[in-house]
Amino acid sequence: MLQQKHLLGLEGYPAEDIQTIIDTAFTFREVLDRPIKKVPSLQGKTIVNLFFENSTRTRISFELAQKRLSADTINFSASTSSLKKGETFKDTAQNIEAMKIDAVVMRHPTPGAPLHLTQHINSIVINAGDGTHEHPTQAILDMTSLHEKFGYLKGLKVGIIGDISHSRVALSNIYGLKIMGAEVTLCGPSTLIPPFAEDLGVSVNYNVDEVIEWADALNVLRIQRERMGGGLLPSVREYRNLFGITTERLSMHKKEIVIMHPGPMNRGVEIDSAVADSDQAIILDQVLNGVASRMSILYLLLGGKQEKGES
Amino acid sequence: MKTVKLKKQVLLKGGSILDPIKATLKKGDVLIENGKIQSVGKVTAPKAADVVDCSGLIVTHGFCDVHVHFREPGREDKETLDSGSMAALAGGFTRVCVMPNTEPPLDSPESIRYTIDRAEECPIHIHPIGAITKGQDGKELTEMGAMLSEGAVAFSDDGLPVTDTGMMRNALEYATMFDVPVINHAEDLCLKKDGVMHEGTVSTHLGLPASPDITESNMVHRDLELTELTGARLHVPHVSSAKSTDHIRQMKKSNNKITAEVTPHHLFFTDEDLTTYNTHLKVAPPIRTKADRKALIKAAKDGTFDCIATDHAPHTIEEKEGTFDLAPFGMIGLESCFGAVNRVLVKENKMDIIRLIQMLTINPRKIMGIETDLYGEGNPAELTIFDPDEKWTFSKTDIYSRSHNSPYIGKSLVGRPKFTIVKGYRTESVRQSKTNSK
Repeated sequence: MLQQKHLLGLEGYPAEDIQTIIDTAFTFREVLDRPIKKVPSLQGKTIVNLFFENSTRTRISFELAQKRLSADTINFSASTSSLKKGETFKDTAQNIEAMKIDAVVMRHPTPGAPLHLTQHINSIVINAGDGTHEHPTQAILDMTSLHEKFGYLKGLKVGIIGDISHSRVALSNIYGLKIMGAEVTLCGPSTLIPPFAEDLGVSVNYNVDEVIEWADALNVLRIQRERMGGGLLPSVREYRNLFGITTERLSMHKKEIVIMHPGPMNRGVEIDSAVADSDQAIILDQVLNGVASRMSILYLLLGGKQEKGES
Repeated sequence: MKTVKLKKQVLLKGGSILDPIKATLKKGDVLIENGKIQSVGKVTAPKAADVVDCSGLIVTHGFCDVHVHFREPGREDKETLDSGSMAALAGGFTRVCVMPNTEPPLDSPESIRYTIDRAEECPIHIHPIGAITKGQDGKELTEMGAMLSEGAVAFSDDGLPVTDTGMMRNALEYATMFDVPVINHAEDLCLKKDGVMHEGTVSTHLGLPASPDITESNMVHRDLELTELTGARLHVPHVSSAKSTDHIRQMKKSNNKITAEVTPHHLFFTDEDLTTYNTHLKVAPPIRTKADRKALIKAAKDGTFDCIATDHAPHTIEEKEGTFDLAPFGMIGLESCFGAVNRVLVKENKMDIIRLIQMLTINPRKIMGIETDLYGEGNPAELTIFDPDEKWTFSKTDIYSRSHNSPYIGKSLVGRPKFTIVKGYRTESVRQSKTNSK
């Protein structure tokens, strides 16, 4: 079904597999519109949601996707401090593996942790965000939403606005969109754009109005308040003036533009409430597509093959 | 690494003798009597001598590494002076200088004395480097005078930089009284922050926090200027970037008190090797780009670097099995050193083997004020015998360190130490142990 056993990231991921995931997500969207929103596809499969970092929406989205597919799910929230105190990552991984499971959905604060996990266990590993590295299922749901809206991805112009340096959503979106033939421009304070960003095959533009003029869609990222007042950003006011997606700013551009946000939003910081709630925003479609996309990913990774005995 | 006591008379027969002082390489034998050099070159061998067949091999001075971490006292689970000695012998090293970042650090005359006494019992020569500041916290100078009297050969807070420029100036000023090298681990911590690798294309792809090359070169430049100001001796450890290399090359033109070292791993790997998040490649300063590696090779060839130093830094499996952010910085390097640098510098980049051996023998000894005339009649035999051409794959069984954090496992190396002779003993042939173990 898919060429890779795990979903660790979208860097180097086959375009045809991304397309398969998106297409399958649309079939699961139909399931979600039914009165009984459940299919037996993953009956008997056990999936562990291993969250080493707090998460509400991603965990709920995964859990719903698993339940809709009739998989058995276990939620395991470990604080990273418990790892620091003693148990090694390897032990945690092997303990969970020993309980005879089929897949692990992991969020971890360290880049590379999911790859690391695959070296210690045999189960399928799905990356639900590894530090400032990748968040592939978010990028898939973003692309599914864009595909739903526009009907295509190739040649689509997407601006990613905000804190790129600390964003796994940005990196996975960049990889995924580039693979699918879209064009990407990054826009945000220069202190929050990673050095060597152009090596990722994207453009960088510090003028948000130019990016709005250019783009078909904007993916607006959360600006964490802890970045303010430190060495990276002077203030909320300064950020809003330069990069905020405000009603006034959008009204100056006489064009339609699609607004996305991976959540959680800081209304009044990176995006105005009026914009977030407007018709051009597809933020809640993203949430629904998140469940459908994750159903698609789980189904394609776990459901495809029948076990053929020991041999 | 098993050692055997030298017989009364030992003849190293049929090899080539590399003399790093005279810069010559020619056929010859070496006769050792009662553990001391009897004659080198043309030898009339007594019949009773124990003959070591050195055909196809090169005999030279024992290697000397001015930068190792043997973790004793405090972290004997990682390495001890004894286990570190075994790793050294396997790598052809007869002499090492141990860094003071032990627990507690070597920051007093008493701790230096402890190390000197412990080293007596070890099969190689071990010289302690004392801390620059008490507790390595960058605030108060250590009792350098007394520490030198007890046997310290240099001063360093290695692992940690001396961040305060005023403090570094004082340390250099103070050290001028004794004419010993001061070694500063150059990384600007304000710029490094939580960086775990070199900042570049690769770190951007991996999403890992990173620090740019000037994190190092900025502080190297500061130290070089302070050396100009104070007239002190500065030894720059583990140079990792092209920029630092340029600063050192420039300053060395007018100042003969500056020396510098390069590690095998900065010559061997690039940041592209980190794409699998291999924690064994997490080192400080970090492994940098292809262009930096190229500049380091050039600097090794043109004499900007005086010596090779391994920065042998053992860490437990448990620590290195953790995630990339939590794993400590450092890799072991004694056993793989020669095969790595010989491959990169001599075989792939046409450096003269004599130059490389000078960087492993007389140059490091000169920096630390240690006797270099190892072929002198009557001097204790301290020799390394190596095969310059053997191609081999480094494996776990080649490791004698108590730790196994080596990224060389599985890598092809060229050239291999065969026997190491020091303190009246020689190692068993690597050739034999290899066939036995496989």
